[in-house]
Amino acid sequence: MSDFLLELRSEEIPARMQKGARADLEKLFREQMAAAGVAVGEITVWSTPRRLALIARGLPEATEAVSEEAKGPPEGAPDAAIDGFCRKNGVTREQLELRDVKGRNTWFAVIEKPGRAVKDVLAEAIPAIVRAFPWPKSQRWGAASLSTESLRWVRPLSGIVAIFGEELVECEVGGIVSGYATMGHRFHHSGDITIGSADDYAEKLRACHVIVDHAEREAIVREGAAKAAADAGLVLVEDEGLVVENAGLTEWPVPLLGRFDEDFLSVPPEVIQLTARVNQKYFVCEDSSGKLANAFICTANIAAEDGGAAIVDGNRKVLAARLSDARFFWEVDQKTRLEDHAKKLERITFHEKLGTVADKVDRVAKLARWLVEEGIVKPSPLQGRGLGEGASVASTSTEVPLSPTLSPEGERENLANLAEQAARLCKADLVTEMVGEFPELQGLMGGYYARAEGLPDEVADAIRDHYKPVGQGDDVPTAPVTVAVSLADKLDTLAAFFSINERPTGSKDPFALRRAALSVIRQLEVSQIRLPISVATRLSAIRVIARTRGGAEGKNAATAEAAMKNLRLANGEGFVERYRSELVESALDNIVEEVVQEVDEKMPHLLEFFADRLKVQQKEAGVRHDLIDAVFALGGEDDLVRLLARVHALQSFITTEDGTNLLAGYKRAANILKKEGVVPAKAGTVGEPDAGPGAIPAFAGMTGESLSYTPEIAEKALMDALAAAAPKASAAIEAEDFEAAMAALATLRTPIDRFFDEVTVNDPDGDKRSNRLNLLAAFRAAVHNVADFSRIEG
Amino acid sequence: MILALHDFWSAHGCLILQPYDMRMGAGTFHTATTLRALGPEPWNAAFVQPCRRPTDGRYGENPNRLQHYYQYQVILKPSPPDIQQLYLDSLKVIGIDPMKHDIRFVEDDWESPTLGAWGLGWEVWCDGMEVTQFTYFQQMGGFDCKPVAGELTYGLERLAMYIQGVDNVYDLAFNQHGVTYGDVFLENERQMSKWNFEVAETEALFDLFRKAVAECKNCLANDVPIAAYEQAIEASHIFNLLQARGVISVQERASYMGQVRDLARGSCEKYMEKELPRWSAEYEGWTA
Repeated sequence: MSDFLLELRSEEIPARMQKGARADLEKLFREQMAAAGVAVGEITVWSTPRRLALIARGLPEATEAVSEEAKGPPEGAPDAAIDGFCRKNGVTREQLELRDVKGRNTWFAVIEKPGRAVKDVLAEAIPAIVRAFPWPKSQRWGAASLSTESLRWVRPLSGIVAIFGEELVECEVGGIVSGYATMGHRFHHSGDITIGSADDYAEKLRACHVIVDHAEREAIVREGAAKAAADAGLVLVEDEGLVVENAGLTEWPVPLLGRFDEDFLSVPPEVIQLTARVNQKYFVCEDSSGKLANAFICTANIAAEDGGAAIVDGNRKVLAARLSDARFFWEVDQKTRLEDHAKKLERITFHEKLGTVADKVDRVAKLARWLVEEGIVKPSPLQGRGLGEGASVASTSTEVPLSPTLSPEGERENLANLAEQAARLCKADLVTEMVGEFPELQGLMGGYYARAEGLPDEVADAIRDHYKPVGQGDDVPTAPVTVAVSLADKLDTLAAFFSINERPTGSKDPFALRRAALSVIRQLEVSQIRLPISVATRLSAIRVIARTRGGAEGKNAATAEAAMKNLRLANGEGFVERYRSELVESALDNIVEEVVQEVDEKMPHLLEFFADRLKVQQKEAGVRHDLIDAVFALGGEDDLVRLLARVHALQSFITTEDGTNLLAGYKRAANILKKEGVVPAKAGTVGEPDAGPGAIPAFAGMTGESLSYTPEIAEKALMDALAAAAPKASAAIEAEDFEAAMAALATLRTPIDRFFDEVTVNDPDGDKRSNRLNLLAAFRAAVHNVADFSRIEG
Repeated sequence: MILALHDFWSAHGCLILQPYDMRMGAGTFHTATTLRALGPEPWNAAFVQPCRRPTDGRYGENPNRLQHYYQYQVILKPSPPDIQQLYLDSLKVIGIDPMKHDIRFVEDDWESPTLGAWGLGWEVWCDGMEVTQFTYFQQMGGFDCKPVAGELTYGLERLAMYIQGVDNVYDLAFNQHGVTYGDVFLENERQMSKWNFEVAETEALFDLFRKAVAECKNCLANDVPIAAYEQAIEASHIFNLLQARGVISVQERASYMGQVRDLARGSCEKYMEKELPRWSAEYEGWTA
């Protein structure tokens, strides 16, 4: 058993690639060893900017000899066949053995493969690993690059150390020959270092100012930075990404604290932190009150002779220039009002088929206002926790109610105005210098600029937070103005991209539509907002589609109105009225019908998309996806809050004994009906306006019609139970009391079980048979009124 | 400083050239870099190139951003194996001590959409300041570099600030008799920033752009790729001026850049075409 050391030395490897490279090196090494039959135990992989190193402990000296058998042709086969078999296996005819295979004599070759020296295996494996290395980006270099076939590496490869036990593993790749020699720190050590074995590798390098273990360097950066801050009476703002990056940029990390001019603290702290982190890879510090301090921590790669004074001074100058630039942007941006910045959005394309950002902003502003005017986003305090008033820096007011002195109508109007104002300004910061330099500050800077020019805090907060929630753990806004703008922005994005058939497919989601839908769902959930999604998204979709169809000149209200009738939208007349004015305003005229048709064609995909997102999101909360399906399948449900309440009630019911048995009864009934060709009302038409929710097919006993025969006891019992339960369930659904609806269904469990036990549906008497089928159909319909049980698994 | 670099690189086999006499955004535009990076022939050269970046103008108020400054450029083709060490040695000759200052090679892949070129390399940091761009050219004008050239671009003002220990570029001593960089260039920066951002007549610039495009095509049609390439340089700079004037919308931007790239690519292509017979003859089996 011997240890193996491999070091691949190169010019500086990008910090961000080192982690992946370590994993790739181990994987490739294991693959090579597995292919050669070398048992591999513990492997250690290290990286520095200038080397990748692998140590495999306890490799065997040789692979085991193996003997393999190959079955050949039967005895008496033509000579040519037997000779061919021998050639193939590298044996002579005399070495073949005859064996009995199912009563037939057959030639066998026994091939002895002797064990190989692992050193030889390694010598072959190293070039293979180097050639197959999957760097995210690689390059050619030097004289060999006269051909494009020359070796590729992340940066020029300069040396290979390969030692097995204490012996050199001789190999060569791309003109680089393996050896015992490596290099120490670029500046602290000159000349070669001779490595003896895997055992002295790390320590010999350490003596030459190289800490080869990345984890150790990370610890030095992490702890050194914290200590430097503490020594200055400050607290380090922790940033693990920076720790790893700085460890990936150094072989001998030395964290050093410096100060910058206090005057720069007039620039927003986020800007300073971002400038320091992104451009300079510095940590920042806070004082004891949590305020950003005028200090930075850089990580040098040398233990400088002067203790780092010159280095800190140099870094201070660089940061000063960066901050000076940031302050320049901060000041220049404020010379223009946000509304004037917003005008420049007309020059920025949102998407080639969707017009400019200004077009989008206009749609978002209208939708945000609509959300408030329709009472969907309310001025009253919204429920739930999350990013509310004062939750983050500089947020002062936004206390609801907005204006206690206003009437409810006045309050709503006030909120609508604020929402529209915020929406019209929410993208203005995209054209500012600061966001041009730091795109990740979008929203935040708009908020700062809005406050600086004296706009209401609600508006500034909404501009700042309207991109939220961005990810799983992000705060969910609850301030009404913010909610209106955030929802409108995302709903519009979704409607717009679905209008031009840009839907996410597989792993492709270039416009982050999944995230947008998830963000909408989370806000609706947190604030319990009752939003008819298909209506809201249609508002944007109509505008988008009308635009892509070119729009017609002149106004034709009659055509628009006629077209409106084709819009199947739930929730009463108020919406329809609004659509008409929208449509008229957009001067769609004769094309309106086509537009509406197209909207009706495309928006259901969006609703399905929401259903899918909801399933994914709810899965984590333990909600069954088939139950979501069962409720969605009823059609017409696009209020996710109501939908979830129904699904939750269904889930509690279906897991009870009553629920399980009712489901079994339902499936039996459905099977019989299916066999007899009695089709249920199509999913999606259950809630049709004419039928009215809860329409149950007529059956004798409910309608009071007398039967031509005396029903059996169990039959009568089901009729009575159904007559009582069906209206109860319908009424409960209407009242959104889903627990009560489930309770009503539960009363059907015993009668349906008994019915199947005691009654023959397929009676020779035609009247009995048809009445019983009708009864089952009514049962099925009553159940469907609550959920489409055919979608439920189990 | 320039003389020290000239001496150093001359001793390492570089031709010492003069600046290209056109307005350009970087030394990379110099024909000694762009065109010479193409083809199989060895090429080692060093030169100073004044650069103009209209959008970097700060009216003389930023301590190290300028719309006009000087680069020192070295091109080594093929890239020698000890190129990093040569570079570090060159820093020592101009007085930067790597045991006192923190020199770092930080990933910075280079791409010039307008030249149809890219390479991998680093920005070299000296105490956190980018003082050099270090690139292994992989493609130029849309063609694979065979062999690969190493390009070193030193920011002369920034290095001088380190060597002289000043915080502000305008405080750099230009000689030993009290003349500063500010004495020479401050007013220039103020006026040129104003011209770049506020004054330049945009219609005339658009016109110049169109004329450069037309002339480039004329040159290509008449088989003079070096002249065509000069027009590509011209178009590129006019485009930068239009950007500074803020009259090119985001949508148009891509289209303008595409036009410049086509000019540069077309010039490189024609240059290759003209040289190819000779290269193929001298380097057996060499193809574009």
